[in-house]
Amino acid sequence: MVQYEPVIGLEIHAQLRTRTKLFCACPAEYGAEPNEHVCPTCLGLPGALPVLNQSAVELAVRAALALECQIAERSVFARKNYFYPDSPKGYQISQYTEPIALGGALTIDVEGQARRIGITRVHMEEDAGKSVHGAAGDSLIDLNRAGVPLIEIVSEPELYSSTEAAAYMKALRDVLVYLGVNDGNLEQGSLRCDANVSLRPVGSTTLGTRAELKNLNSFRFLARAIEVEIARQTSVLDGGGQVVQETRSYDPERNLTRSLRSKEDAHDYRYFPDPDLPPLRLDAAWISAERARVGELPRAKRQRYEAELGLPAATAATLTAHPATARLFEAALARLDQPVLVANWIVTEVLRGAELHGIDARFTVSAEQLAELLGLLADGRINGAQAKEVFAAMENTARQPGDVVAERGMQRLSGEALRPLCVAAIADSPSQAAAYRAGKRNILGYFVGRVMKASGGAADAKAVSELLEALLAE
Amino acid sequence: MSESVPSLVSGVQAGRLSAEALTEGALGVIERAGPLNAFLHVDGEGARAAARGLDERRVRGDELGPLAGIPIAVKDSLCTQGMPTTAASRSLTRDGSARSGWRPPYDATVVSRLRAAGAVIVAKTNQDELAMGSSSENSAFGAVKNPWDLARTPGGSSGGSAAAVACRATPLALGSDTGGSIRQPAALCGVVGIKPTYGRVSRYGLIAFGSSLDQVGPLATDVRSAARLLGVLSGHDPLDSTSATVPVDDYEAACERGARGLRIGVPSEYFASGLSPEVERAVRAGLDALRDAGATIVDVELPHTRYGVATYYVLATAEASSNLARLDGVRFGLRVEAERGNLDGLYGASRSAGFGREVQRRILLGTFVLSSGYYDAYYAKAQRVRALVARDFERAFARVDAIAAPTSPTVAFRLGERLTDPLAMYLADVYTLPASLAGLPALSVPAGLSTATDADPALPVGLQLIGPAFAEASLLALAACVEAACPPSTPEPWA
Repeated sequence: MVQYEPVIGLEIHAQLRTRTKLFCACPAEYGAEPNEHVCPTCLGLPGALPVLNQSAVELAVRAALALECQIAERSVFARKNYFYPDSPKGYQISQYTEPIALGGALTIDVEGQARRIGITRVHMEEDAGKSVHGAAGDSLIDLNRAGVPLIEIVSEPELYSSTEAAAYMKALRDVLVYLGVNDGNLEQGSLRCDANVSLRPVGSTTLGTRAELKNLNSFRFLARAIEVEIARQTSVLDGGGQVVQETRSYDPERNLTRSLRSKEDAHDYRYFPDPDLPPLRLDAAWISAERARVGELPRAKRQRYEAELGLPAATAATLTAHPATARLFEAALARLDQPVLVANWIVTEVLRGAELHGIDARFTVSAEQLAELLGLLADGRINGAQAKEVFAAMENTARQPGDVVAERGMQRLSGEALRPLCVAAIADSPSQAAAYRAGKRNILGYFVGRVMKASGGAADAKAVSELLEALLAE
Repeated sequence: MSESVPSLVSGVQAGRLSAEALTEGALGVIERAGPLNAFLHVDGEGARAAARGLDERRVRGDELGPLAGIPIAVKDSLCTQGMPTTAASRSLTRDGSARSGWRPPYDATVVSRLRAAGAVIVAKTNQDELAMGSSSENSAFGAVKNPWDLARTPGGSSGGSAAAVACRATPLALGSDTGGSIRQPAALCGVVGIKPTYGRVSRYGLIAFGSSLDQVGPLATDVRSAARLLGVLSGHDPLDSTSATVPVDDYEAACERGARGLRIGVPSEYFASGLSPEVERAVRAGLDALRDAGATIVDVELPHTRYGVATYYVLATAEASSNLARLDGVRFGLRVEAERGNLDGLYGASRSAGFGREVQRRILLGTFVLSSGYYDAYYAKAQRVRALVARDFERAFARVDAIAAPTSPTVAFRLGERLTDPLAMYLADVYTLPASLAGLPALSVPAGLSTATDADPALPVGLQLIGPAFAEASLLALAACVEAACPPSTPEPWA
């Protein structure tokens, strides 16, 4: 029997995090009452015209640059014509033959192997509204989402398993969230994925007939839908049949894909350049400036944390999972050059109380507070247990760790302040002192323990053992 | 009303005239002009209130705008807040009547500019449905009639606006011109009509026909009145991405500049077969007037003129097929439900009932030329020809300051004469389409009347002046010279 290899390409729609919509001044935010964020333009009223949102262009370019694309100095908005009630103008403004960016790549890691996945193109477009089909057979239209800016990122058909597809989607999400371009929220639909899946005999280099899968609104659904589609196509081919080119929808409840429409039913969208919008021209100097603003991406950061800072892979991954975490880490590191200590505290303490929702992040302490606290710990001014206590005391406050330490009398005893305690400990245990002097050096720990206990834990253990050694040597 | 707008405005500003009296005068003529069917909605109440407000402001000593107290009629294709706006289409009504017309929640930018300038909007004017036509017979609310001869069309699509000015109901009106829809009716009604450079005047709030061609512009009794209105309309609008940022010239000053030193090109292609001898005679007389005023007349060639009609009807209909998709019966306008739950049925029934034959013809044509497999042969090729038409003009304007030609090949034709022959109707715009394709400013100025015969009364002839982009001022300078030789005339019953 012929062995088949799946070939997968993904088309991902990402909502750009702009304040306003792509072609009007209505808020782009999610969650308002139906049809609250509308105006003549996004309602498609006769006579209303679109005006391009510059910040959407910036975000689209930033994403495309992060994906190593070539930015087009001239791109063209086109009308994609189709009738549907949630498309108020009867066309969607998108980009077609001249998109804003072409030809990039995204590196993903699958089972320890790095793979570069080609990006065919990135184009800008507006979102449609939302149809709500009521039980009584009525359909209601909410146009709050109509005109919200999106980018569509089209990959090359270079993914060969559901695992790779999910890894690609995950890596893409990381990059977009990192850049602040998208909030990474799949549930609310700010990131949506369609997958083109085809099979070909192993060893073949031509592509088989593909099915386009819709409605893959979680990483799990994406992987499962691709798996069941691969299984379906395999059984079609094994049974001597042919895969037909069509659009299929994934039904997560029954874990199967079903045909939505065949190629013959495909719309003729009659794309043509939108005469209401002049071609978008981006100047080379502006593109360079945007390139400089992209900065280090999550994967590069992770590699640098491992190679240059000596962090374990798991720690580096945790720190780079959210841009705010990495920013906190780097800000603290700038004040206290102890990567392992800072990283471990962030992973074990800081992230425990942190709230990370999409792009939004809230930590209970600032980088300054954390760095100062860990500085006191590293200098031996407080011990680990005290550090945790101080940490808890300053969470969600503007208090400085030094103030908490002073207020709670945690200042560690060191130097001459230790002398009476050490002298007393030796005087109280003459036989142990004699044993030490006779050469039983490991008994020093006994004296250290006594001193620590007497100081209520406030003594600096290292200083105590040095002083005891000196006193016992007298 | 034989005074020009600048003089009327001075009168209002000085208190010699009242806005209220001008408005009452306009409303009176509009009532008498009922048989013309030029008006779809008359806002007597709103106009009187606005006029009274202006008069009160004058008494208080407030600065009044450059159109203070001037009654104006606005083409129904332009959105007027709270006032019915149908573009003469049933699709923009609730029940098929003009009275149940869609009331926009916003003013077109040009309408806001009119209000800010102190103009008093008295009426919305009848037109060809959605600006598609050359005779104003394609209105869902009946044909407009030419004030010079009620058996004839006023031209179109801005026929109601041209008739309103011709019958002297209002000295000014707004029209829109996609392929000649201001200039041709201006010519056929004996008034001045200007299609500005593409981008000179905002399109925001103009119900789109062919977005890459549409321009709003003035119709006026005389050149100086048109210049005053053009100055008010022109300028950048941040709501229209195709709006130009080029500074606006002083159009009224230009009217006094004269023709001396200007070179005028006369294209032989515009004096070819199909041109009525009476039109040619009047236009040549107009050219003589320009020569007498000091202009130099030279021959120029515009070899791609003959592709204008075909190119225009591919591009304008392609854009229209998409622009009119929003008239779908879902959110506003006429909604005809075939059966519950049948969405395609709703679209089909609403649009079949909402659009007249010519609009349906153009939507089908435009849909076809954009279809997969035909796009390159029609739309893409037409775009290339459009560039050639524009290049013809560029070459000509390297040698001349303006081009002069007839506006329309004939004087006003009889109602019904071309309704069954769309091609004959399309040829009415043969001389106006090229400037539209090239995005250039063009105007029509009256060049006298045809000779009356037993069969035909004397009818107006328009001389068209086409200029380089943003050269409206030169065109006005020349138009003022033509006007000096052929002063504005008013049809008998309305004089």
